[in-house]
Amino acid sequence: MTTENPLIRVTDLKKHFKGGKIRALDGVTTDIAKGEVVVVIGPSGSGKSTFLRCLNLLEIPTGGSILYEGVDLTDPKINIDHHRQKMGMVFQHFNLFPHKTLLQNMTLAPIHLLKMNKKDAEEKALALLDRVGLRDRAGAYPSQLSGGQKQRVAIVRALCMSPNVMLFDEPTSALDPEMVGEVLDVMKELACEGMTMVVVTHEMGFAREVGDRVLFMDGGCLIEEGTPEEIFNHPQSPRLQDFLSKVL
Amino acid sequence: MGAWLQRVQSQFILNFIEKDRWKYLVNGLGTTLRITIGALIIGAILGAVIAIVRATWDKNRETLRPGFGRSLLEVVNGICKLYLTVIRGTPVVVQLMIMYYIIFASSKNGVAVATLAFGLNSAAYVAEIIRSGIMSIDNGQFEAGRSLGFNYVQTMWHIILPQSFKNVLPALANELITLLKETSVAGYVAVVDLTKGGDIIRGVTYSPFMPLIFVALIYLIIVVVLTKLVGILERRLRNSDH
Repeated sequence: MTTENPLIRVTDLKKHFKGGKIRALDGVTTDIAKGEVVVVIGPSGSGKSTFLRCLNLLEIPTGGSILYEGVDLTDPKINIDHHRQKMGMVFQHFNLFPHKTLLQNMTLAPIHLLKMNKKDAEEKALALLDRVGLRDRAGAYPSQLSGGQKQRVAIVRALCMSPNVMLFDEPTSALDPEMVGEVLDVMKELACEGMTMVVVTHEMGFAREVGDRVLFMDGGCLIEEGTPEEIFNHPQSPRLQDFLSKVL
Repeated sequence: MGAWLQRVQSQFILNFIEKDRWKYLVNGLGTTLRITIGALIIGAILGAVIAIVRATWDKNRETLRPGFGRSLLEVVNGICKLYLTVIRGTPVVVQLMIMYYIIFASSKNGVAVATLAFGLNSAAYVAEIIRSGIMSIDNGQFEAGRSLGFNYVQTMWHIILPQSFKNVLPALANELITLLKETSVAGYVAVVDLTKGGDIIRGVTYSPFMPLIFVALIYLIIVVVLTKLVGILERRLRNSDH
C-alpha cells in the first residue's frame, strides 16, 4: 500500500552489526499512512523490534532512510529530539519513572518540552488518566500499580505530548495474561479515534481485529505484508505459513 | 574517687581553661568544617561532571556517530580516567603537600590550598560513586526519556540523576564522613585544624590525654550527627518508591 503522502516512509532500512556480519534489519521498505494501524508480527529475533526502534532512532540505522512528515530522520543534521516529541513510544517494560507520581510522569515532558504551564498540563494528564480509569491514582507512584495499570499509564504518558504516531514495542508481552485485555482495549480505542499506530506484538487476535495492515518479518526482512485477511487467511510465503501454523 | 575527679578537673583546667586554650579547638573545628564543606562542594561538582563524562562515554561509545563530538568526548574521558588513576593511586597527604609546597608554593593561604587539595581528591571518589549510580539505572529509563523528546542532558537531569542520587546516597554519605576525617592531615601544611589544635595544646601542656580524647570526641559527634541526618534524608527519598 502506497499513498501520496505517507506519514512515515521507510526506504531500504538497514541495521547491521559487526561490519555486516549480523543483520538485524536488512533492507525494509514500507509506507505508513496517517491514521493507519500497522501491526508487525514475526518470530523472535526477526528484527521487528529493531525496526520499530529505528523509527524514532532509539536504534540508529546503518543504512536507508526514514521520512517522517517529510523530514529524513536519519540525517545527522536534524534535531531528532524535536521529532521524537511527535512520536509516542510504549515499551514492553513500561519504563515509567519510579521516582515520580503518575501525574508527574505524565506532565514532565509537556511542561519542559512543550512549555505548557503546570495547570494545563495537569488538567490534560488528569483527563487522559480518567480515560484509562486511573484518575484517582494520579498521586500514586508506579511501584504501587499492577502491570496492566502501568502500561495504561505509559500509553497516556506518551499521549500527553499529542503525538502524530504511536509506536508500541510488544506492549503486552510483560503482562500477566489477565491484564492483557485492559491494555489492548486502550489501544483499540486509540485506533478507533484515528491514531496512527505501529504495533509490534504477539497478539494475533489484536492484529486481526484492529490492524489495517500486517507486516510479517523474518531474518531482518519484510517477508509479506497485507490486510489481516490476506495475512492470516491466505498467507503466501512458506515462512509465514509455517509461523502461523505455530502461533495460531 | 575524689582524688581522681580532682585530677580530671585540674587536667581540664590546664588543657582548656588556662590561657583560653579551648580556643585552639574551637578555631580548629571551624577550620576543619570550612575545609570539609569547601572540599565537599568542589568534590561534588567536579565529581558529578567526571561521572557524567565517564558514564556518557561508556553508554554511548557503540552508537555515537564519528565526528568532532565523539572525538572530544573520547579525549575528555581519557583525561578523566587519568585523573582518577593518579588521585586514587596516591595518598592524600602526598597530594596535599605537592599542592602546598610545589604547585601553590607562593601561596600563604594554607586553608584554601588544603580545601582545593581535599576537594580534588574527593572528586575522584565521588565520581566513581555517582558513575556507578548512573550505570545502575535501567537503560529503559534513558529510552523512555529520549522517546518523549528529552535530549541527553535533560534526560540525565530529570530522570537519571535523581534516581541515581537516591541509590548512591549511602555511599556518598560515607565519602563525606571519610572526607571530614581525612582533613585531619591538614596540619602537614601549617593549617591549624581541629587535630592540629589539639596537638598544639598537647605540645604546650605535655598532657596528651585530654586534648586528644576531646578531639576524637568532637569528630565522633559530628559523624554521628551526619549519619543521623543522612538517615532522615534517605527515608524521605525512599517514600517515593518500592
